[in-house]
Amino acid sequence: MKIQREESWGYDARTLDYIRHASATGLYEIRGLGAKRRVPHFDDLLFLAASLSRYPLEGYRERCSTKTVLGTRFATKPIELAIPITIAGMSFGSLSANVKEALGRAATEAGTSTTTGDGGMTEEERGSSKTLVYQCLPSRYGFDPDHVRRADAIEVVIGQGAKPGGGGMLLGQKVNPRVAAMRTLPEGVDQRSACRHPDWTGPDDLAIKIRELREITDWEKPIYVKVGATRTFHDVKLAVHSGADVVVVDGMQGGTAATQTVFIEHVGIPTLAAVRQAVDALEDLGMKDEVQLIVSGGIRTGADVAKALAMGADAVSIGQGVLMALGCNSDAWIRGARDDGSGGEHVRCDDDYAALGAAPGYCHHCHTGQCPVGVTTQDAVLEQRLQPPVGARRVRNYLKTMAMEVSTIARACGKQDVHHLEREDLVALTVEAAAMAGVPLAGTDWVPGR
Amino acid sequence: MTVLASFDLSRTPLRDVNRFLHRELGDTTHVRIERPDGAHSIAVGLDAPVRVDVDGHAGYYAAGMNKHATVVVHGNAGPGVAENMMSGTVRVKGFASVSAGASARGGLLVVEGDCGLRCGISLKGADIVVGGSVGSFSMFMAQAGRLVVCGDAGDALGDSLYEAVIYVRGEVKSLGADARFEDMTDADLTAVAGLLAQAGLRHDPREFRRIASARSLYHWNVDANQEY
Repeated sequence: MKIQREESWGYDARTLDYIRHASATGLYEIRGLGAKRRVPHFDDLLFLAASLSRYPLEGYRERCSTKTVLGTRFATKPIELAIPITIAGMSFGSLSANVKEALGRAATEAGTSTTTGDGGMTEEERGSSKTLVYQCLPSRYGFDPDHVRRADAIEVVIGQGAKPGGGGMLLGQKVNPRVAAMRTLPEGVDQRSACRHPDWTGPDDLAIKIRELREITDWEKPIYVKVGATRTFHDVKLAVHSGADVVVVDGMQGGTAATQTVFIEHVGIPTLAAVRQAVDALEDLGMKDEVQLIVSGGIRTGADVAKALAMGADAVSIGQGVLMALGCNSDAWIRGARDDGSGGEHVRCDDDYAALGAAPGYCHHCHTGQCPVGVTTQDAVLEQRLQPPVGARRVRNYLKTMAMEVSTIARACGKQDVHHLEREDLVALTVEAAAMAGVPLAGTDWVPGR
Repeated sequence: MTVLASFDLSRTPLRDVNRFLHRELGDTTHVRIERPDGAHSIAVGLDAPVRVDVDGHAGYYAAGMNKHATVVVHGNAGPGVAENMMSGTVRVKGFASVSAGASARGGLLVVEGDCGLRCGISLKGADIVVGGSVGSFSMFMAQAGRLVVCGDAGDALGDSLYEAVIYVRGEVKSLGADARFEDMTDADLTAVAGLLAQAGLRHDPREFRRIASARSLYHWNVDANQEY
């Protein structure tokens, strides 16, 4: 007898897994990384580039600037970066000290910035990062005025794309003595990161908070405001009204160290929709060139970067992508690399993935602290699997590759500066992407809703 | 020897006053700030053992992120007085608004009058002594440090406490999730007596009750069904 294998759309394998887990445990799932569902994204956009109606620059020889300046509105010391690609805030606690050092070294070599996270500033990170953005989060874990003074910019975090409105958590298994001491909490306790700031509520208060930070830093350092993408048009306007030099918009594809899956997959809007709303808000206020926009959430490739810039972003910020570059979800880690991070022996770790109930390419178990490749762990043994030189080399190469891809596309579009990419250079592959991005459907002059 | 500097905030921009406090103190040991008129961010980010007297009411974040300095507000203080203080002493002679001492990691905050909502929210090691009463949600998610309240406390006191401890002399309208009354030990009596002495307030420590965390939220508990 023929066995029917028609899968239900409504009750597919993923939904069945969810129902079985819920019914067996009474617990919602908590996991790391970002949304796995397919949403309209930069993949749904294409560049038109030059032909008869546009004049291209030669592929990689003619000059095309990637220089990026952030924080020009009020700060007396804006940040100058060599490339428009920055490293997003990720906490010491979710990541090991080795990883934070590797990110700092890579960013410095690539001429860009890295960012602290919910857990304070480590010496490894400050020491290795030429340009370091210091986050001021609702939890204020480890927040220290000395670190404010040592930072190159301050980022007030309102929300995160993976969990806007949701705060955060660091499960007890990752809270080793050093992490606990930095956060002034007992070892091994689940740490809630608050969803609201303790000393201000609402945009009017935020304006005063930002002025406090400016007074403390004698108006030198740029102040960023980061929002998770939801009501982005209004949030960006309010951030600008509050006095931000730079607004960071993190779309729903953004990653997290540990959050409820229901948040990751069902809260917030895609980065593609958010970036257009953010640019609309800046243009509506006449602040497009005065307040810089950084976009994050699912930026993976040079093409993504170029499309974000063309949409109107001044820079992008990457979290998960750099974790992947470090080795996240790889089937092996490197032992015995040379001092420059090259060479070494690949050590397979499939069994470690299996012990977590995962496999290379499918792992999102950052919350467990048992990362098989030593990236998202505080375990003294596991963290040795990612040595700073190896991580720094990989991330530097990743950043360099993306920067070259962006400038290659920019040249093909006839631009001498990657920041000259514009929405007019883009078309959409789908109606949804066309509507969200506000660009024509490919082969037409139709922009849905206009 | 005391070396005094004075500023009139109606004449000198706040930015210049704070810059002086950050970078130009030199031998100055005492700074007087006159006519503050509720300005925000007065004497924020100090990092020296200087005494600062604010002769009037202060707005938001007075003495925010203080290190080493002694700041006295001769009036009322707005939201977030001494927020994220690391060390030193901040004294408010009048009342303090919401979020007094928020996230403060060290030092002593004394409010001689009452405090608004969320006094000591997210506290991380500092001591706070309040001569009057505190509003609702005080010490929300407080991690470490001590709050002494000589008057009453509002609703949801100590919600989601970690290791911070609260001492209240008057009535407590309600406790927050995971907060509970505990017996006063000799160590608690000594602690309260010491803090009252530092604050210059005279009460019998035996009149205070201790509130601390039951630690039942230290690990997420599905069986609580979110009915904390």
